[in-house]
Amino acid sequence: MPAVWAVWDVWDENSPDRIIKPVAGDRVFRWITAVCAAAIPVLMAGLVCVMVFNSHLALKKFGLGFLTSTAWNPIAQEYGALSSIFGTGVSTLIAMLIAMPMGLAVALFLVEWAPPKVEAFFGTAIELLAAVPSIIYGMWGLFVFAPFMADHVQPLLGRYLGFLPLFKGPPMGIGMLTTGIILALMILPFISSVSRDVFKMVPSVLKESAYGLGATNWEVTKGVILPYALHGIIGAGFLGLGRALGETMAVTFVIGNSHRLSASLFETGNSIASTLANEFTEASEPLYLHALVALGLVLFLITVTSQIAAQLWLRHIIKKAGGK
Amino acid sequence: MQSCSLKTRKAIDQSVKVIASLSAVIGLITIVWILLTVTGRGIGALNLKFFTEVPTPPGIPGGGLVNAIVGTVIMTIIAAVISLPIGLLAGTYLAEIGKGTRFAEVVRFVTNILIGVPSIIVGIFIYALLVVPMRGFSGYAGAVALAVIMLPIVVRTTEDMLNLVPDSLRESALALGASRWQVTLNVVFRSAKRGLLTGVLLAVARVSGETAPLLFTALNSAYWFSSLKEPLANLTVTIFNYAMSPYQDWQQKAWGASLLITVGVLFLTITARLIMKRQGKQL
Repeated sequence: MPAVWAVWDVWDENSPDRIIKPVAGDRVFRWITAVCAAAIPVLMAGLVCVMVFNSHLALKKFGLGFLTSTAWNPIAQEYGALSSIFGTGVSTLIAMLIAMPMGLAVALFLVEWAPPKVEAFFGTAIELLAAVPSIIYGMWGLFVFAPFMADHVQPLLGRYLGFLPLFKGPPMGIGMLTTGIILALMILPFISSVSRDVFKMVPSVLKESAYGLGATNWEVTKGVILPYALHGIIGAGFLGLGRALGETMAVTFVIGNSHRLSASLFETGNSIASTLANEFTEASEPLYLHALVALGLVLFLITVTSQIAAQLWLRHIIKKAGGK
Repeated sequence: MQSCSLKTRKAIDQSVKVIASLSAVIGLITIVWILLTVTGRGIGALNLKFFTEVPTPPGIPGGGLVNAIVGTVIMTIIAAVISLPIGLLAGTYLAEIGKGTRFAEVVRFVTNILIGVPSIIVGIFIYALLVVPMRGFSGYAGAVALAVIMLPIVVRTTEDMLNLVPDSLRESALALGASRWQVTLNVVFRSAKRGLLTGVLLAVARVSGETAPLLFTALNSAYWFSSLKEPLANLTVTIFNYAMSPYQDWQQKAWGASLLITVGVLFLTITARLIMKRQGKQL
């Protein structure tokens, strides 16, 4: 610890470097702020306990089979999470497949090719996408975008790619594909803004050397920028992933809300979040309610795992970069 | 790099540029499309009645959503009152007092994870914690759910903003004999004022558009606000219920409410950005 930091050790009463006696006000202030900080882990622990406690009936009755069963029948009291997990997985996968390359392309456009004024304009416009509440995406998705998909996009996909099981079925507009595309648009600003920051950190001397060797813009991107920014890009991906997994309202509006598994992306389905949003207030039986909370617990575990992976990943990069 | 003719290399380069520009244009089209849709369909619903009357029974035209507007504002304010003091102080701990300690590290880690917890999970948590014991949906429960979502955001932005304050400022104040809490409150907070305000505005903007956590906490109501112990009308759940209804009049009101909430949230977000920009120029 550099000498100048010794001043800060007023807080550490046992530090041998301590040069100022802590005053009473400082002690009180330290305790108040520490208690407020402690509120966060306590909240998290409380959340986990409450969710486990309120799902124990379902966890006990179905065990791990809950994860692999497709049954969802409130009358017969049979519950399984598979169709919801499948829907969350498929819609998130579509979203990531679209938003990752698109987000990177947007960031490249903004950092490398757009003149400053264009960059500011497009940058702000795309970041506003992140501020629009998810229920608005739901309204727009259901009443405007889904009909657009049904009239223009899905018939085209059906005609040319209809031989694939992915694009079979009537073009209804709502369904997995539309949900995935809307999710992609929702997470696009998160991926592009993080990538943009990372691309800006690539030292220009590296790029200029490559240009000096006669490389084209794309070759510089592929050979210099992307490898240099790879770690940050993965971080951006995790951020988008977390958003897409837990998105509720937009998905509930457009996914169709049916408990089934279907290979076709034109078919309706459900996700964990949409099942919760639709059925939670209808759950009258204790087991029904517990099954829904268990479903919530599954979603919680999925998102927390991806968040922890993202955090550890970020820490790994910072260490590698020799940062603070 | 594999050798191919200059022509091919240039062609690849051009096509990548076109794809990248196209992606940016698609992003732009999306935001414009959404804003135009919400404005076009919602503006017709916004009249004096919308802002002054409570909803009419289903199928009967007329009425407004003043109760939902008031409900959303009330819940957002209560959520802010709960989470701002705790969040600001916790963020202060992370940036100023506990910096570098193991405890701060843990709190920071959990804060970042809590930010990523889907808001519908928070709704379930508060349902089990407050709605079940209180035997009913209530405005309190909705406000607390929003506060839980807001808290980690406030903590993180507070920490980030305080970290921007240069150490030399703190050291000068300490050297003049100020104690740590005086330095934090009078020097650090004061110089981070705009940044903190930005963070608060962004957090408020974020929660005021939330729907999922209110579905099973505040629920919704067609009546004028009577007590926070009752289900409380709010704009976002109203949009959800009205949009799914078969009544033309309700669907139009849902668009009106969508326009109102979009304008509100974007206004807060843009204001926050402008404040931050001016801060940047000042430093």
